[in-house]
Amino acid sequence: MTLEPTSDTPPGSGHWYDAEAGPLVRPYAMTGGRTRPGPTSVAFDLIALIDVEEDALAQADDAALGYEHRQLIDMCRVETQTVAELAADADLPVGVVRVLLGDLLEMNVIRVSRPVPPAQLPDEKILREVIDGLRAL
Amino acid sequence: MDSVRSDRSVDGTALALKILVAGGFGVGKTTLVGSVSEIRPLRTEEQLSEAGQLVDDIDGVEKKTTTTVAMDFGRITIRSGLAVYLFGTPGQDRFWFLWDELATGALGAVVLADTRRLQDCFPAVDYFEHRSIPFLVAVNCFPGSRSYGPHEVARALDLDGGTPVVLCDARDKDSGKEVLIRLVEYAGRMHSARLLDPAEPDPVG
Repeated sequence: MTLEPTSDTPPGSGHWYDAEAGPLVRPYAMTGGRTRPGPTSVAFDLIALIDVEEDALAQADDAALGYEHRQLIDMCRVETQTVAELAADADLPVGVVRVLLGDLLEMNVIRVSRPVPPAQLPDEKILREVIDGLRAL
Repeated sequence: MDSVRSDRSVDGTALALKILVAGGFGVGKTTLVGSVSEIRPLRTEEQLSEAGQLVDDIDGVEKKTTTTVAMDFGRITIRSGLAVYLFGTPGQDRFWFLWDELATGALGAVVLADTRRLQDCFPAVDYFEHRSIPFLVAVNCFPGSRSYGPHEVARALDLDGGTPVVLCDARDKDSGKEVLIRLVEYAGRMHSARLLDPAEPDPVG
């Protein structure tokens, strides 16, 4: 069965699976079909920051890490990454990255920093810095 | 479980802020994100079961089929450990279900408007007003379109008092920067006002 977007679908026919909707993808092969992160149930925000726990990684079971897991770890080693950056740079859908990060979190080899809600920013200094930084661009 | 920590941001080591860029189809969202940041495409996807009732005519398609939505995504590094992330919201109505996630925890939003079809930005204005997310309206001044003053646009959109309206050229980096600066200033005022008035309902519900 082919689920490619159909170009011969007449506009306005009510079909949502056209070219604009993008391709339909099979359940995530590289996550073993899982579409939700594991039992840690962490909701990875798009701008949650991910760091590698090197000590834990050194002791981790190598066999449990797939190619994509390693790819994400390597990216976070260079610099703290957000979920959105990992997805964009690894060219993986966000949902796939979330499942993979869930695996890594369960293995305790990454650290996740939840974004601070703007209403709870420590002080106005941060926003002043942002404004000055924007001006300097 | 202790592996998820939120203390790192508070001590100033790393902080990520999120700004949304919304507006009708073809109004210049991609252009704006691209003019002020290094833009990258981001693929996200939702299971159809979450995509609402509009898509129930797909008998025979496996339950876990997902649809991919491309968004624009840009990063502006302010300094080491402080970055602003821009997300262009998907323009089509059928992708509204993605907005809630994008809007959660957002510092604020830019609603881009084109005065030739102002009605295209009504849904975005409504959305942010209802959720008390600080936003401003940036009128993208397309060549050849009649120019309107900010007050005229504010009146036409029936904006709440105080919501800034700025004129911009989404192609121009300085103009785009100015839009973001105005938004951050406004969002800062709104967020601190909310801190001082705890009676206000939680904006993200």
